[in-house]
Amino acid sequence: MASASDTIVGRGNREGAQLFREWYASLNQAAVEDRRAAYVFVMGSLAELLRVFDFPIVFPEINSLQTAVRRAAQEYLSEAEDYGYSTDICGYVKADVATQLRGGKLPMATIPKPALAVYTNACNTYIKWAEIWERMYHIPTFTLDVPGTRADGRQTWAGHPDYANDRRYVLAQLHELITLCERVSGIPFDIDRLRETLSYTSAMNRGWQRVLALNRSRPSVFNALSDGTIYLGVANGLRGEAAGARFFNDLVEELEFKAAHGIGTLADEQYRLIFAGVPCYPIFRRFNELFTEWGGTFVHSTYLWFASGGSNLGFEYDLEDPLGSLADGLLLGVRDAMDSMFFQTSVLSTMADDFNADGVVYHPIKSCRTVSTGLADSRRALMASRDIATLFIESDMMDRRVVSEAQLKNRADAFFEGLATRKRRQ
Amino acid sequence: MIANAVFPEWQGRSLDHVLYECRELVEDTSFPTVRRWREAGGRVVGHFQVYFPEEIAHAAGLLPFKVRGAPIEPAKADSRFGSYLCSILKTSLELALSGRVELDLFVTHPICDAARNLAAIWGRNVAYPCEILYLPQNANSGHAAAYLRDEYGRLRRRIEEVAGRRVTDAALHHSLAVFNENRAHLRELYLIKRDRPWLVGAEEAYALVALAGLLPREEHNALLAWVLPRLRERPLRKQDKIRVVVEGGFCEQPPLDLIRAIGRSCYVVDDDLLIGLRWIREDLPAGGDPIAHLAEAYLERSSYSPVQHDLRKPKERMLVERLSASRADAAIVMAAKMCEPGLEEQVAYTRALDAAGIPYFVTEFEENMTSYDQLEIQLQTFVENLLFS
Repeated sequence: MASASDTIVGRGNREGAQLFREWYASLNQAAVEDRRAAYVFVMGSLAELLRVFDFPIVFPEINSLQTAVRRAAQEYLSEAEDYGYSTDICGYVKADVATQLRGGKLPMATIPKPALAVYTNACNTYIKWAEIWERMYHIPTFTLDVPGTRADGRQTWAGHPDYANDRRYVLAQLHELITLCERVSGIPFDIDRLRETLSYTSAMNRGWQRVLALNRSRPSVFNALSDGTIYLGVANGLRGEAAGARFFNDLVEELEFKAAHGIGTLADEQYRLIFAGVPCYPIFRRFNELFTEWGGTFVHSTYLWFASGGSNLGFEYDLEDPLGSLADGLLLGVRDAMDSMFFQTSVLSTMADDFNADGVVYHPIKSCRTVSTGLADSRRALMASRDIATLFIESDMMDRRVVSEAQLKNRADAFFEGLATRKRRQ
Repeated sequence: MIANAVFPEWQGRSLDHVLYECRELVEDTSFPTVRRWREAGGRVVGHFQVYFPEEIAHAAGLLPFKVRGAPIEPAKADSRFGSYLCSILKTSLELALSGRVELDLFVTHPICDAARNLAAIWGRNVAYPCEILYLPQNANSGHAAAYLRDEYGRLRRRIEEVAGRRVTDAALHHSLAVFNENRAHLRELYLIKRDRPWLVGAEEAYALVALAGLLPREEHNALLAWVLPRLRERPLRKQDKIRVVVEGGFCEQPPLDLIRAIGRSCYVVDDDLLIGLRWIREDLPAGGDPIAHLAEAYLERSSYSPVQHDLRKPKERMLVERLSASRADAAIVMAAKMCEPGLEEQVAYTRALDAAGIPYFVTEFEENMTSYDQLEIQLQTFVENLLFS
């Protein structure tokens, strides 16, 4: 008979991967049936609202990163570059262009064509990307504009007139989006359906926040770079679904079990690290090994904040006022996601304290200016404000041509040698 | 004659000498007009590309200074950035870190993924306030103008803090009138470019526009009011050049020498260079709520650029219309190196131009480039193909 440890430990990764396969199978089926999808992005996907209109939901960012993880990205990038896209623009965009040129064909499934595209301004490339679909398919595109923080530390909250202005704008756009979705889907808006999907997202947000907090345990119960990316995939792909809520309920149970029993993600945790940036998907496993081989594990990452669209806040919707609450959730969540990219220095400093981190690994990438532009300066500011080891390595999330494994290894090795020296001195 | 002018060098000179002084000032990386303004006790708002409601700063008695990079080495700023970024980000910060320009407030906009990081980066490196002005990115929302009016209201309060004085509606109305005059002058300059391009060189016209970002508007108005009628009377003859539209200068600026090189082969009859200074295409009304007028004009009476998504203004259609309205023979489609919106738009532009049967020349540039020989040869070949085919 299997012990609790056997059945619970590792369940999140197994079930997460299974849910992902099922999700892609459902997208494949939608493509076979020529059911048109809502194309969305991870930072403010609005999946809760779009599910009310029965759209299959496609996340092109996730599709693109999957091509990199499966080592198929290069052929997609080349195809888009042959079409005219520069080597210097986002690899996610280019992989998707090639995907569309191939009729939606990806290594893991064929995705349905879009009926509409809905996206926030959390990343400007979302907007440019949607323009490509606009031209390819002549579909409606909708920018849900979420004003962000104007200056570091100057966020406003409910009760402040500037917050009220931003919220009115977001809420007005939600009403406009509902009208658009009704027109495109032919399905009338059902506020009770929205309440249901919001309740699932609330449960997921609550679970996500708890999952992140549980990694304060020593040893850490999951690796934010590897395991965390699986959890993140579920947090995005199944947002607003019962299966997503169940997954996070189970995941919290697993990680609480691991924390209670001192079961770490590494057998011998030596160094606790924070990751700032976007993972190196072209050598995803190997990149992680550069750190785990030294006993280093990532206890947290800004990626798990911004790429969850701010779910880390654990925002729970008020089902008495679903649309108003959705506006608040979007405004606060997307703003937080942007803050963890633009105004991250104090965030990282707090994380380092909360999670007893030994160092911060900065990984700016060629493809993503949103995340990468400020990392060098943020690192400089963090190091000026406190004594903490940092590593700064550049590569890409898609393009193997700018990933130099040997250089990355050299830098990582030197970083750990420095960390070892620090430990000896302490 | 304006008392205490920050740009007195042009006064009392011939047209050619005035244009020479204008070019010199645009290329002067010590930004003497900003320095003189400050020496006289003035305060300065630096606003990054592309568009900024300068009228609000003007109404507070501040100098709105367009932060558009510079052809300088980012010796101090380089370490603040990663590798794969456009030059203008770095050189703009360099202006601040090196002390070439001193500001009292820096404002950037969410025009692109890189630029929206600037408020945070500058904020960590300078002592004065730095912030993002969230211009609406859903230009098609029925609520966008109302949102923007209140966002401008927020900016107005911020500027009042910096200026140390109230920005009254009366002052705003006056500023709108000053800027209306400026818009009229710039429209006239572009009419000359379009109708009689041999009267004004591409780099001369560019310099005349660029000074709007360096001078108090009253001074710029006085300069243009003196120059424009004299341009029309210039004793220059039409040459055998093709008419082109230059597209791709909405943010990082090509060096003046590159614009001059293009002008040697072509008449630049329209362009999007420094489009933010010409973003609002019509005069704003007098009376009423001046902030609401500014907000409405940003959305409804404005030009286009790769960094504004507006379903009513698909960029490739707008470019084809610009070519048609200016009776251009061809397009020069440029993009700054590492400029993601510009590079993405090149694909749409070239496909639309192909479909419309309009010849085009595609290139990349950088504000710091110093050699144009190769580009000029390629451009001349392109032009000769058109002239002799």
